[in-house]
Amino acid sequence: MIDKRVATVTDAVAGIEDGATVLVGGFGASGVPVELVHALLDRGTTDLTVVTNNAGSGETDVAALLRERRVRRIVCSYPRSAGSVWFEERWRAGEVELELVPQGTLSERMRAAAAGLGGFFTPTGADTRLAEGKEVRVIGGRRHVFEEPLPGDVALVKAARADRWGNLVYRTAARNFGPTMAAAAALTVVQVDEFVELGELDPEAIVTPGIFVDRVVRVEVA
Amino acid sequence: MRPDLRDVARRIARDIPDGAYVNLGIGLPTLVADCVGDGKEVVYHSENGILGMGPTPAPGEEDPELINAGKQPVTLLPGGAFFHHTDAFLMMRGGHVDVTVLGAFQVSETGDLANWATDDVTHPPAVGGAMDLAVGAKRVLVMTTHTTRDGSPKLLPRCTYPLTAAGVVDRVYTDLAVLDVTAEGFLVREMAAGLTRDDLQGATAARLSFAEDVGVLGQRE
Repeated sequence: MIDKRVATVTDAVAGIEDGATVLVGGFGASGVPVELVHALLDRGTTDLTVVTNNAGSGETDVAALLRERRVRRIVCSYPRSAGSVWFEERWRAGEVELELVPQGTLSERMRAAAAGLGGFFTPTGADTRLAEGKEVRVIGGRRHVFEEPLPGDVALVKAARADRWGNLVYRTAARNFGPTMAAAAALTVVQVDEFVELGELDPEAIVTPGIFVDRVVRVEVA
Repeated sequence: MRPDLRDVARRIARDIPDGAYVNLGIGLPTLVADCVGDGKEVVYHSENGILGMGPTPAPGEEDPELINAGKQPVTLLPGGAFFHHTDAFLMMRGGHVDVTVLGAFQVSETGDLANWATDDVTHPPAVGGAMDLAVGAKRVLVMTTHTTRDGSPKLLPRCTYPLTAAGVVDRVYTDLAVLDVTAEGFLVREMAAGLTRDDLQGATAARLSFAEDVGVLGQRE
């Protein structure tokens, strides 16, 4: 019997260890698994490497992890946004290390990890500061940079609906990094608005099949 | 009584845990699905983009587009999903499939697998999805007859046929024995009733070692 549903967000983040690399879904405020990140904060987990597109803003989610000094390193494409005060504070003080990655490369590096590939060549970033020291190969007359896979120990993802096998569908543009991150981590934890019966999700339209998902928890929609 | 291949399939089914994501290779390994039993919920993956494959449809109920890797008609269970080929291979190569059961022409004592080509050059070569599955599945089980039809050993110090993947096989199930691939070579875990260690070694080109408590293969539970 497969049942990946857990009762609480505390159960959902159980066992996540200090020093983990955590992939956190979301683009701006869309699709951020806020309650899971706060459960991780409550758990006291620290020394994290966080991989996420933005570095949080205001006092919630990734910004709260930064405020509480739980993040050693952040891998992201756009850490500067309105209200990203805690990232800027910690970064200026040298308390958090930043690896800046072009957004498509960030996504594709996680996909390479998910797919068991040893990396890929991309024209993005060639001959720029972000590709310094990286292997370059000319392919089809164009310079390409070699990028390594980026796997997570954990992925925290937000979706709309799940069944007990962990099959997922998302809501509008909140899908963003979810499907890639869910596939790229050893432990994938998903918060959803709603549980549905097995067979209720259209097999033609399941976006993340349950093979990528370890735990699902329902979070009441505010 | 010698175990037949259905007994071997039953034995493999015992090693498939509840909740596992499983890919069964074409040919012999498909026998395993019928032996897993209702007590376990196992999700079958197919390289053409299916998770949650169900049993063979009733005659007349076949959907010519809903087929497995062996191109046979299948069904989809509630909870199943369809996806495109690239994602199917992402699952295989990326370590998301818990167990695969593959057929073999030869297996070496270091876990090399040869199952896509022989030294027969009269037929054009074909490889399909075997190489991705062999390198990517978390656990690679092999189901095969212990020897070829003419009695030549299939478990060898080194494969003579072209490899599918090197050093990937975890366990081999034959009609004579269950063997683990270890750092010291093949370790016999179970043997068919009435077979001596010398008999088994005689049918095997690789040198065998034996577990302290060798069990009986094919014994009905």
